[in-house]
Amino acid sequence: MNKMDFIKGQDAGSAQQVGASPPRLEARRKVTGRAAYVHNASAPRMLHAKVFRSTVAHGRIRSVDVSEALALPGVHWVLTGEDIRQIVPNPYYGPAFHDQPVLALDKVRYVGEPVAVVLADDPYVAADAVNLIIADYDLLDSVDDEIEAMTSKAVVHEELKPAGTFPDLKHLHGKRNTNIALDYHLRRGDVASAFASAHRVFENEFRTQATMHVPLEPMVSMAVPDDDRLIIHTASQSPSFVRLEIARLLGWPENRVQVKVPHLGGGFGAKLYIKLEALVACAALIARAPVKLSLTMEEQFYTITKHPTTFRIKTAVDAEGRITARKCEIFWNGGAYADIGPRVTQKSGFTAPGPYDIENVEVSSYALYTNRPPAGALRGFGIPQLVWAYESQADIMARALGQDPLEFRRHNLLRDGRPQATGTIMQDSAIHEALELVAERLGWNEPFDRGSGDIRRGRGIAVGFKASISPTTSVAMVTIAADGSVSLSISTVDMGQGSDTAMAQIVAQVLGIRTEQVNVVHPDTDATPYDMATLGSRSTYHTGNAVKLAAEDARTKLWAMARDAGIDTESGFSWPSVFKAHYGMQAGTIIGTGTFIPDYAPADENGQSPLVTPYWMIGATAVEVEVDVRTGHLNIVRMINAVDCGKPLNPRIVETQISGAATMQLGFTLSEEMNFEAGQVTNASFADYKIMGIHDIPGIMENHIIEAEQSKAPFGAKGVGESSTFGISPSIANAIEDAVGVRLYELPLTPEKVLRAIRSAGGNPLED
Amino acid sequence: MSKDIAFTLNSRPVRVTVGSHENAVDVLRRFDLFGARESCGQGLCGCCTVRVDGKPLSGCLTLGLKLEGAMVETVESLDAGGELDPVQQAFIDQGAFQCGFCTPGFVMMTKQLLREKPQPDDEEIRSYLSGNLCRCAAYPEIVKAVKDAAARMAAAAA
Ligand code: FES
Ligand code: FES
Repeated sequence: MNKMDFIKGQDAGSAQQVGASPPRLEARRKVTGRAAYVHNASAPRMLHAKVFRSTVAHGRIRSVDVSEALALPGVHWVLTGEDIRQIVPNPYYGPAFHDQPVLALDKVRYVGEPVAVVLADDPYVAADAVNLIIADYDLLDSVDDEIEAMTSKAVVHEELKPAGTFPDLKHLHGKRNTNIALDYHLRRGDVASAFASAHRVFENEFRTQATMHVPLEPMVSMAVPDDDRLIIHTASQSPSFVRLEIARLLGWPENRVQVKVPHLGGGFGAKLYIKLEALVACAALIARAPVKLSLTMEEQFYTITKHPTTFRIKTAVDAEGRITARKCEIFWNGGAYADIGPRVTQKSGFTAPGPYDIENVEVSSYALYTNRPPAGALRGFGIPQLVWAYESQADIMARALGQDPLEFRRHNLLRDGRPQATGTIMQDSAIHEALELVAERLGWNEPFDRGSGDIRRGRGIAVGFKASISPTTSVAMVTIAADGSVSLSISTVDMGQGSDTAMAQIVAQVLGIRTEQVNVVHPDTDATPYDMATLGSRSTYHTGNAVKLAAEDARTKLWAMARDAGIDTESGFSWPSVFKAHYGMQAGTIIGTGTFIPDYAPADENGQSPLVTPYWMIGATAVEVEVDVRTGHLNIVRMINAVDCGKPLNPRIVETQISGAATMQLGFTLSEEMNFEAGQVTNASFADYKIMGIHDIPGIMENHIIEAEQSKAPFGAKGVGESSTFGISPSIANAIEDAVGVRLYELPLTPEKVLRAIRSAGGNPLED
Repeated sequence: MSKDIAFTLNSRPVRVTVGSHENAVDVLRRFDLFGARESCGQGLCGCCTVRVDGKPLSGCLTLGLKLEGAMVETVESLDAGGELDPVQQAFIDQGAFQCGFCTPGFVMMTKQLLREKPQPDDEEIRSYLSGNLCRCAAYPEIVKAVKDAAARMAAAAA
C-alpha cells in the first residue's frame, strides 16, 4: 500500500466503498493456505485433550475408572466431573439455562456426552488412553422424541436452572418433573370464534429432522494459563460471551480471561456460546499447562445439532380464501441441554404464523429436553423449520380451494404498515417483491414442459421471514494512527460471511479512504470491545451501526483536531500533518467509539409488542423440479432465490451468501439427517451423512437481491446470511406435489419417501 | 515405532522423525505447513490434499512414513516468491471461497486438473473436483474460478 494514500486523507478514496464489491480483505491468506485458524495454534508444553464420552442415553454414573488410562506412558491427567468441581464448585454453563456440566456429574443425559478427559503429550496417546477408561452406569428410561417429552415420565433434568439473565425465564426457576424448558405463548384476536365461523379449516402436522452444521473446520479450542490469567484461543462465534461465561464459572473478573478468535473455518451457529472452552479452561488450570482440544468430524455430531421439530398448524380460511385464523403448536427437540434452544423457541416462535395478515392467531412453542445431543442455532435460528410447515400448508390450502398458490399468497401476505402476529407493524419488508420476483424469473404463469413417462416436472414457490435477535449490543472502535492509517476493532467473527470486509467498507466510506486500507483487528477480548455474538444475521445491522458511529466519531475528532491546528478541513488535507501539528511529532492516536443497541419493546404476556424486532429479513424461492416416478429421485432443474437484505454493502459477497445458504438448506431438504439407534448417532461421518457436493448444485440457480433499503440501518443494509434458507424446503415439496400429486410432511425429502408416497397414492405401496 | 525419513518438501530436502501411526498432515504440521488440514479424516472432503510424486493425495489417509524419498508439494509452494499462482488469483477474482478452510484443497486439485486438461468444460471440472467438499457451498464460484484460471494460463502461454 502506498503511504501517500493516507496523506491526501479524505480525497484519496473518494470512490464509493459501500455498495461496491472489493474482494475479501483476507483473500490472499485463504488461497495460499496461510490464514490463521485455531487449528494451527500450539503453545510450549501444550497437552492434547481427548474426550471420553457416554455410551448410554440416560443413566446415573456409578463409577468412572480412569486408573489404566492414567497409567499409560505420556498421559498426564485424566479428569472427571468431580475433578472439575474442585476448581469450579458449580460447573454448569449455558446462555439460557445453567444446565450443562463441563464434564458429566451424577448423570449422563445423551450418548456422546463428555464424561472424562485425558490430557497427554501426544494426541494419539490421549486417544489410546480414552479407550482404557471404564464407566459404569445405572440405566434410566430415556426420551427421544419431542412429543413424548411433553408428557414423558423420563425427566432429563431434575430441576430447571434458568440463567437468570432473562426475565421471561424466571418463572421456570426450580421447576421439577418437566422436560419443558420453555413454553412460549402468543395470542391475538379470537381464534376460537374465527375457527367456528370459518369456511374451511385445515389442520396438518409437519416434521423436521436432526441435522448438523458440519463446519469443515471441526470445533477446536486451546487454553493457555498465564499466571493469574487465562488465554483462550477458540474457534468461536461469540468471544464476548465466552469471556463472560468462563469468568463467571471461575469467579474471576472478566479482564483476567482473554479470548482470541482468528479465522473461522465455518460456523453456521455451531460455534456459539460455550462449546469446548469451559473444558479446556478447567483442564488447563488444573494441569497448569496449555491444553488444546480438537474435535474430530464425528465428535461434532455429539456437540450441537439443529432442532428436530413437530409443528401442528391449524388454519381457517373464508370463502374468498383469506386466512382468518391460525393456531400454531411447535415442539422443539432441544436435546439434553438447552443451549440457545429457548431463544429459538421464542424468537422464532412468534413468526410461526408466517408473513401473513391474520386477525386471529395463537402460538404455543415448546422447548423440550430429550436424551439427544443438544440442539442450538443453525443458519436460520428455527425459521426454516417453521417456513417448512406454513408454506407447505399454503399450497395444500390453495389446491383445496382451487386457487393458484401464487395468487393465494398474494391475497394473504402482510403488507408494510400492517401488524404482524406480535402487533409489530411491518415495515421495510419486501415480502411481496421477493415473491413476485422469483415467480417472474421462473415464468410462473407461463406453460412449461411437465415431462412425460417416468420423468415428471413440477413447480413450487415459498416465502418466509425472520425477525432479528433483539435487543442486543455491539460496540466498535476505530483508531487513526499518527501516520493516518486506520484500524477497526470489533469482536464480530468473520467465519466466512465476509463481515471483516463489509465492516471495513463502512469505515472506509465514512472516512473517505479505500476499504483495503482499513486493518480489521480480529476478536481479542483484551483489545476488541463487546459484541453480543455473530449470529442470526445481526452483524450487518447491529455491528454495522456501531462501526459507523465509531468511524463518525473518529472523523469528528480528527476534523476537530485539524481545525484546532488551523488546518482548512473544507478541502482534502493531510492527516499526518494534523497529528504533527497537535503533538509536535508523529505521535498520538485518535480513538472513535460507537455503541449500538436497537430500539426494542418487550412483549406483554400475550406476546404483543409495538416493536419486537428492529428489522425483518425476507427470503423467497421458486423451483422447478423433476421427479423420477420409478425411483423417487429428484432433480432440481431450476432454483430462483430472492432476498430483501436492504441495500447490500458488498453485492458480490451477498450473492455468495444467498447461494451458500440456499445450498446448505438444500442439503437439509434432500439428504441430511442424523440417524439414531438407542440414542446413538449412527451416521456421524460424511460417508453416511450426505452434504451437498459440487454435483448437487441445481442446474440453474439464480440469486437475486431485491432493491430495498432498511431504515435506521448502516447505509440501508441488513443481514443476509440466512434469508435464502427460508423457502427452499417447502418450495421443493410444493413442486413435488405439482409434479406427481403427492404431499410430503417430513424432511428430508429422500427418494425413498418420495417413492413411497407415489406408490401409496397409486394404490401400490412399497413394502417396509 | 518411529523412524527417521528424508524427502523433498516444496523443493527443499528435509529430514524428520515420523511415528508409524502418523499421517502426512501430522508430518506437515511439524514444518508449520497448515494449508493441508484435516477435516473429515476419512478421505471424503479433500481439505488435506497434498501432491506426492506428482499425484494429489488425501494427506489424512497417507501414512507419514510413505513420504520417505518422495517429492512432496503443498499449497504453500504455489506462491513461492510471493507471486500468486494464476489458480489462486482466479479463486480471489471469482470469490470462490467463504471461510477458506476447503480452499487449499480445491486450489491443489484445480492445479492438477489444469495440468492434465488445460481447457476443461463444466462437467469435467465438476467431476474432477467431486471429491472436495465446501460446506460454505462456493461451488458455482469455484467452477468459474477454474475456467478463469484456465483462460489466464492459456493467455500466459500464448
Ligand atoms: S481430511 Fe482428508 S479427505 Fe477430509
Ligand atoms: S469456503 Fe468454507 S468450506 Fe469452502
